[in-house]
Amino acid sequence: MSILVDKNTRLLVQGITGREGLFHSQQMHEYGTRLVAGVRPGKGGEWVLEGKVPLFDTVKQAVEATGANTSVIFVPARSAGDAMMEAAEAGVPLIVCITEGVPVQDMMQVRRYLDQRGVRLVGPNCPGLLTPGEAKVGIIPGHIALTGDIGVVSRSGTLTYEVLYALQQHGRGVSTCVGIGGDPINGTSFIDTLAMFEDDPHTEQVILIGEIGGSDEERAAEFINDKMTKPVVGFVAGRTAPAGKRMGHAGAIVEGGSGLAADKIKALQAARVRVADHPEAIVDLLK
Amino acid sequence: MKLHEYQSKQLFAQQGIPIPRGRLAMTASEVKAIAEELGGRVVVKSQVLVGGRGKAGGIRLAKTSEEAEDLATQILGIQIKGLPVRKVLVDEAVNIQAEIYLGITNDRQARSPVIMASSEGGVEIEEVARMEPEKIVRVSIDPLLGLREFQARYLAAAIELPRDQWRAFIAIALGLYETFRRTDSTLAEVNPLVLTPDGRLLALDGKIVVDDNALFRHPEIADLRDLDEEAPSEREARKYGLSYVKLEGTIGCMVNGAGLAMATMDVIKLYGGQPANFLDIGGGAGAEKVAAAFELILADPNVRAVLLNIFGGITRCDEVARGILMAMDEVKPNMPMVARLVGTNEEEGRRLLSDAHLITATSLIDAAQKAVAAVQGVPTR
Repeated sequence: MSILVDKNTRLLVQGITGREGLFHSQQMHEYGTRLVAGVRPGKGGEWVLEGKVPLFDTVKQAVEATGANTSVIFVPARSAGDAMMEAAEAGVPLIVCITEGVPVQDMMQVRRYLDQRGVRLVGPNCPGLLTPGEAKVGIIPGHIALTGDIGVVSRSGTLTYEVLYALQQHGRGVSTCVGIGGDPINGTSFIDTLAMFEDDPHTEQVILIGEIGGSDEERAAEFINDKMTKPVVGFVAGRTAPAGKRMGHAGAIVEGGSGLAADKIKALQAARVRVADHPEAIVDLLK
Repeated sequence: MKLHEYQSKQLFAQQGIPIPRGRLAMTASEVKAIAEELGGRVVVKSQVLVGGRGKAGGIRLAKTSEEAEDLATQILGIQIKGLPVRKVLVDEAVNIQAEIYLGITNDRQARSPVIMASSEGGVEIEEVARMEPEKIVRVSIDPLLGLREFQARYLAAAIELPRDQWRAFIAIALGLYETFRRTDSTLAEVNPLVLTPDGRLLALDGKIVVDDNALFRHPEIADLRDLDEEAPSEREARKYGLSYVKLEGTIGCMVNGAGLAMATMDVIKLYGGQPANFLDIGGGAGAEKVAAAFELILADPNVRAVLLNIFGGITRCDEVARGILMAMDEVKPNMPMVARLVGTNEEEGRRLLSDAHLITATSLIDAAQKAVAAVQGVPTR
C-alpha cells in the first residue's frame, strides 16, 4: 500500500531525548509506528516513553539489539551531519532527517558518504514520511490523512499538511506522503520518489508540491513526460516571491533568473501535469 | 551572509592568495594618508554589498594622493542602489595584462562544489555564461576529497594561462578552495584575478557569501556582518530566529513553514490583495517567538490587516495561540486580524483565540478572502 515505510518499518530515533524528539516519538508511537529504539549518547541502558523504548549510546548498538531498519533524526543542526553518517555506517538502509539548518557543505559530504554506501536519505529540513494506517516517520500530523491511493511528494512541510487536510476533507486518501525537504542539497529527489510511486501497485496518481529555487521541478517534469504512466497533479509555491531573497527554506531562492515558479509551472504543464492555482484546488484536479 | 570586498580579500590573503596592498578608510583624509603610503597611484573603491559599483561611479583611479582625497570625498557622499557609501578600500593601482575569473560555488544538481575559471574575467560571470558559455571551464570537486592539484592544473591549461604562471595559479586555486571550506561559503570568487606585466597574479576584487546555517561555528565571521547594510526589520527577525522578507503590500502574513508562507502570499494575490511580507515563524516556535513575529509585522506602516495561517505540525496550535494573545496584550493592534489554525492541538488553540475578537477562517481561501475584504473596509464579521 505504500513506498519507503509501512508496518514492517522498525524505527529508531536519533535525538529521542530532546524536547521535539521526545514529543514526536510519542506521537509516532501512538500512531502505531513500530518504534524499537532510541539513541542518545550517554544514556544507553535507560528507557523512555514509559519504559517502552530502550535507549542506546550508538546507532550500531541499537541496530544490533533491535534490528532497526529506519532511522529518523532530530539531533541539532551542528550534529546532524554526523548523525546521518553514523546511521549509514551502522547499516541503516533508510535515514529520514527532520533537522533544519544543516550547513550545506556538511550536506554535500553526507550525501557523497551515503551514496557510496547505497543508503537512502530523505531530507534534511523535511517533515518525514507518512503511510496512513501503517507508519509515521517524522512530524506529519497523523490525524489529517486517510488511507488511499494518492502518492504525495513535496519540498515543503506545512504546505503538505495543508494539502493532506484538504484531501481528507474531501474523503480522499493517501498511499504515502513523502516530504523531501527544502534544502538545496538533500537526499531523495522528486524523480526518485516519482519512480517509486510509478512502481507502487497501490498508488494510482501523484501530487507533486514544488516551490521556487533550483531546477528539481523541471527535471521532474522531464521524468513525468518520459517515464510516468500515472497522472500527476502539481502545485508550485512562490509565484509572488521576489528575486534574490531566500524565502525561509535554504533552497527557496530565485538566483540569476533561474528557479522561478512560472518556469516550473510551464515545464510541468508541458509534461501534461495539471497545475493548481492554490493548494485547496489540487483536490479538484485529481482523477 | 555577504562579505565586503575588503573582508573577502583579507580572508583570501590568510590562505596565501596575493592581494594588492591597501587599507580601509572612513574619511577622505584617511584616504589621502593611505594613498601617500602607497605611493600616490591608487584605486578608491566603495564598500557596499551590491554589484555594479564601477558603473555607479563607486570605483575610481587616482594618480596622486590629492586626487585620491578628492575622489574619496565624492564617493563617500553617494548612494549605490539605495545604499549610502560609508567606507572605501584604498588599494595600490596595478597594471593589468589579463583578467581572469576564478570562483567556487555549490552545484545543486551535482551536489558538490564546482570550481569555475574563465579567461574572460572582470565582468560578471553570469554575463559570460550568457554571451560566451564556452569561455567558462568547470571542474566538479569531490566534497570528501577537496580540490586536487591536477584539477587546478587542468583549469590553468583550459583557460590558456601562460605556463610560467601555472604554479602560482594552482596555489591560488587551492587557497581559494581552502577559503571556501574554512569560511563555509556558498560562493568564494576572485574576479578579476589579474596577470600583471611583470608576471604576477593578484586577486584584485573578490566576493564571499557565507552559509548562514554554518555561522554557529564561525563566530569570527559572524562578527563581520555589516549591520548598516541590512533593513532593521530583517535584523530584528534574525535576532528571534524568524525568517522575514519585507514586500510592498498591505496584508501582513504570519505563517509557519516557508512553503505555506509562500502559498499564503500567492493566494492573497490570487484573490486581489497584496502581501506585505513573507514571514515564517519556523518549526517549534514558542510563544515569545510568535510575539516577536507579531510585533515585526505591525511595525510595518503599510500593514492594514493581518492574516495568520498556522498549520500545527512541529508547532502546536495552542502554543501559537498563546503567542498571539501575549503579543496582542503588548501591542494592542488596531486593525482586522484573520486567523486560521489547524493541526496538532487545534481545539485548544481555537478556544484560546475565541475570546480575542479575531476573524476566524476555515480554509486558506476563506482566510485570504476575509483579509482582502478587511483591507478594503468591507465588514466581514
